[in-house]
Amino acid sequence: MLLIACPWCGEREELEFHYGGQAHVGYPANPEGLTDSEWAEYLFVRDNPKGLFAERWSHAAGCRRWFNLIRHTVTHQILAVQSNRPVAAGQPKPVIP
Amino acid sequence: MTAENLPTLHALRRSPIGHLTDVLAEHSAAGRRSVRLREVPFLAQLDLQLHQHGSAAFDRIASALGEPLPTTPNTAVEAGDLRVLWLGPQEWLLIGPDGSAPATADLLRAALGDEPGSLVDVSANRTTLELAGPAARQVLEKGCALDLHPRSFGPGRCAQTLLSKVGVILHQVDAEPTYRLLVRGSFAQYLADWLLDAMVLL
Ligand SMILES: [Zn+2]
Repeated sequence: MLLIACPWCGEREELEFHYGGQAHVGYPANPEGLTDSEWAEYLFVRDNPKGLFAERWSHAAGCRRWFNLIRHTVTHQILAVQSNRPVAAGQPKPVIP
Repeated sequence: MTAENLPTLHALRRSPIGHLTDVLAEHSAAGRRSVRLREVPFLAQLDLQLHQHGSAAFDRIASALGEPLPTTPNTAVEAGDLRVLWLGPQEWLLIGPDGSAPATADLLRAALGDEPGSLVDVSANRTTLELAGPAARQVLEKGCALDLHPRSFGPGRCAQTLLSKVGVILHQVDAEPTYRLLVRGSFAQYLADWLLDAMVLL
């Protein structure tokens, strides 16, 4: 069981959360211009790293807000949590090292 | 619906666990390790969402209620006979006595004015179970992963969480402790049964 720190509610057990897959998958700028295989790539194909992975989660049984976090797919260690919650000035946004 | 047939309609209302009133009372124990369980049916519940904090509507609502909406996550405030629970960064649940929803809604709609936001009467969404007594925390701890120890959870705290896998809004009302559990109607019987079981096996 993971203990996930919701940016709003603090640490809650994994059961309260819904997994939203890879983060930062941008919607194509020109979707009608894509070939079928490019469209399928956008819809279905995701990275599957052995290591750090930026992914989306929603605190489904709590405040129901979406946020991103960076998780190590082998150790499950969560390195950073990122949301639209206003953070203290100067606090860096998490990036995958 | 006319005003004349309202009393008739009220007499026809059934709360999801109204049939358990006597059972809950029988299982409530007195004494030092006591815990009491009862249903508080038909509370007025309004879900309020605002576009953002710090808007003019936020301030107008604070004046109308006499208390600002809580902006600290998972906290609640009392404003007259209303209890206002934080549900999300721009979302609150206002809980009042049975029958108070229309008047509170009018007050809030007037305060909201033209600003973006929403106010929905969700009174029929959930019923309320009240668990109180020195052993109440021990009962909840059997099925709730939150740290309910007074060092991290106390009067004025609320949380949306799972209790025995059921989604609840948990609100600690006082230090006895008294907790209120807001639960969906279709889960109320299950949760009441689970609580009764947890109370017996203390
Ligand atoms: Zn949350």
